[in-house]
Amino acid sequence: MKTFKIGGVHPPENKLSTNRPIEVLAIPAQVIIPLSQSLGAPSVPVVNKGDAVKVGQLIAKGEAFISSNIHSSVSGKVLKIDEAMDQSGYRRQAVFITVEGDDWMENIDRSAELKKEITLTKEEIISKVKELGIVGLGGATFPSHVKLMVPTGKKAEVLVLNGVECEPYLTADHRLMLEKGEEMMVGIQILMKGLDVKRAVIGIENNKLDAIEHLKKLANEFEGIEVEALKVQYPQGGEKQLIDAVLGRQVPSGKLPIEVGVVVHNVGTAFAVYEAVQKNKPLFERVVTITGKNVKNPGNFMVRIGTSLNELIEKAGGLPEDTGKIVSGGPMMGKALNSVDVPIVKGTSGVLLFSEKEARRVEPTNCIRCGKCITVCPMGLEPVLIAQYGELEMWENVETEHALDCIECGSCQYTCPAGRPLLDYIRLGKFRVGQIIRNRSKK
Amino acid sequence: MNDIIIYAVIFLGVVGAASAVILYFIAQKFKVIEDPKIDEVEGALPAANCGGCGFPGCRGFSEALVKSVNEKQSIEGLSCPVGGNAVMAKVAAILGIVAEEKEPQIAVIRCSGSKESAPKKINYEGPATCAFAHNLSSGESGCPYGCLGCGDCVAACKFDAIYMDEVTGLPVVRDNCVACGACVIACPRNIIELRNKGKKDRRIFVSCMNEEKGGIAKKNCSVVCIGCSKCFKVCPFEAITMNNNLAYIDYEKCKLCRKCVLECPTNAIHELNFPPRKEKMSEVENNGESKIEVNKDQSLDTKE
Repeated sequence: MKTFKIGGVHPPENKLSTNRPIEVLAIPAQVIIPLSQSLGAPSVPVVNKGDAVKVGQLIAKGEAFISSNIHSSVSGKVLKIDEAMDQSGYRRQAVFITVEGDDWMENIDRSAELKKEITLTKEEIISKVKELGIVGLGGATFPSHVKLMVPTGKKAEVLVLNGVECEPYLTADHRLMLEKGEEMMVGIQILMKGLDVKRAVIGIENNKLDAIEHLKKLANEFEGIEVEALKVQYPQGGEKQLIDAVLGRQVPSGKLPIEVGVVVHNVGTAFAVYEAVQKNKPLFERVVTITGKNVKNPGNFMVRIGTSLNELIEKAGGLPEDTGKIVSGGPMMGKALNSVDVPIVKGTSGVLLFSEKEARRVEPTNCIRCGKCITVCPMGLEPVLIAQYGELEMWENVETEHALDCIECGSCQYTCPAGRPLLDYIRLGKFRVGQIIRNRSKK
Repeated sequence: MNDIIIYAVIFLGVVGAASAVILYFIAQKFKVIEDPKIDEVEGALPAANCGGCGFPGCRGFSEALVKSVNEKQSIEGLSCPVGGNAVMAKVAAILGIVAEEKEPQIAVIRCSGSKESAPKKINYEGPATCAFAHNLSSGESGCPYGCLGCGDCVAACKFDAIYMDEVTGLPVVRDNCVACGACVIACPRNIIELRNKGKKDRRIFVSCMNEEKGGIAKKNCSVVCIGCSKCFKVCPFEAITMNNNLAYIDYEKCKLCRKCVLECPTNAIHELNFPPRKEKMSEVENNGESKIEVNKDQSLDTKE
């Protein structure tokens, strides 16, 4: 079975919510929609206090090249545009909307009928994806239309779909593949047309046998789409690892996948693209997994963007007595939150409630030079060196050690027997080196 | 036998002499001509190589000084914070000009969010460095402008002039601070500022960097500046400016009258090294006039 060649770890899967079908979460009384919901510059609001909005209405425009549009997920009145605590741990600008009813924009097709025929041209597809605010739903929230705009001089040959969901605990993509498989397939065809490619491969980890079987059967009806089962290994879902596993191609250091003729999209994004292009539906809701060993009712919920995390936790049975940490995302790469009163955004793939015991970090001791971190690094880096240089603030050395190639998967810190905070120092190093490089280009 | 020895000696002698001549000419050709004053000036500097002057080490500073005198006949804007006025006077004497007297400065910690006034709401578990904690969240107290308490400033100081107070969780600056600026750069929240030491070492400053609206700011810390502007209104010397819900005292204009300290409703303004205030005596028998007694020669031991 195919897999990526260097490194990797095997954290326990804990897919507690794998058999819970997607349930729609009730619309809350108020939503807080942050203006920064994709990589790149924050969006600029186009509504004012007191304005009435409908579901799917544009409320903020992405003006920079790397930015995205944001649409209202509810109907009601704009209460204010003010700072709100969000998942970054800081208060940032957001649109507060008081909910009234559930009125959708008239042009959105709400029928459940599968629309297979793709009538738009390549340019129209890219334009639609941009207009309706589609961003990468794998967690990085990269604006999808930018990925479809292949730079001159490069050519896309293969579209790879990321149905791997290698993070333990998360099951949103799995359920989406099982329940919305056909729509996803059409979405993939739309992306293929947008990129002008004839071949698409869906990578799925081997712990999702039902999804693999279901999609393989569907793929017979859709031309150009193949399904590839991959060995279970973290981080199989990292795009460079996925390309290596599925196609055997290596993306050069510091470059993007388009360099080897590949574009990668998450399966959830493919579904969102289907809804956007075929049904005129902007991105304003997504599937979020809420899970944890002490959670009474773990599950996968379709949540409107801007819903408070509190609502989701209540639906899952309330905050367990023994909760040590609340993580947004997966246990390997997710971010610990400093409050439950934060909104769910486009990048929230899951919420984990860890018990006290699971949440506590091991007390770090000295490096024992075992080299395990180097063995497991999927990018072939030397985490022990980068972390040391980061700690000693030797930023030039951090840059030389290719710290910028680090995908921050956490395999090194996970594996370290001395409990050293390797990823933390590497992240610090990356941040500082990024600043230094920006200052260099300014001069 | 003797011939070989004589020939060897002569041969080596000639090679040695030839090498000496070649080396002499090469040395002359590649000679670096440096103003001898640079060496002299460097000799007068403290040799701490701390970079506080803004130049790479004491040698770099000497070169800059000599260059400045050659071009502009002055060393305006150049000063060594470690050596202070004494060293700059020596340097000026070597260069044959008059040195300007610079007001000595010291690092000031503009945050009073201690463990008591800004209690912990969340637990931070990660590397004990402010740079990292700053990027992760607004901090354990919730104030996004306040001190993170991990001590990057303490680690940056080469003069052992700053230490972390265990009780308050805030850094404290010692008297031997030379205002080199290393801690200012190290702090990711820009809490530390270099301000004038002040007459008799007394200084007044707003001990807060919070720019949030008052109501929100108070939720995280009880001694925060809420931007009420009362200090701004009461200052007789127009030394205070308000910007983004935060007051700032200009140390050049401040005359140390302390009116703002009393006026601040949250005690966000601090006074350092002042004597304790005497009680106001109302209606002392002196023809019915009230007389305020102030004891002028108090000792300067009291610090906050």
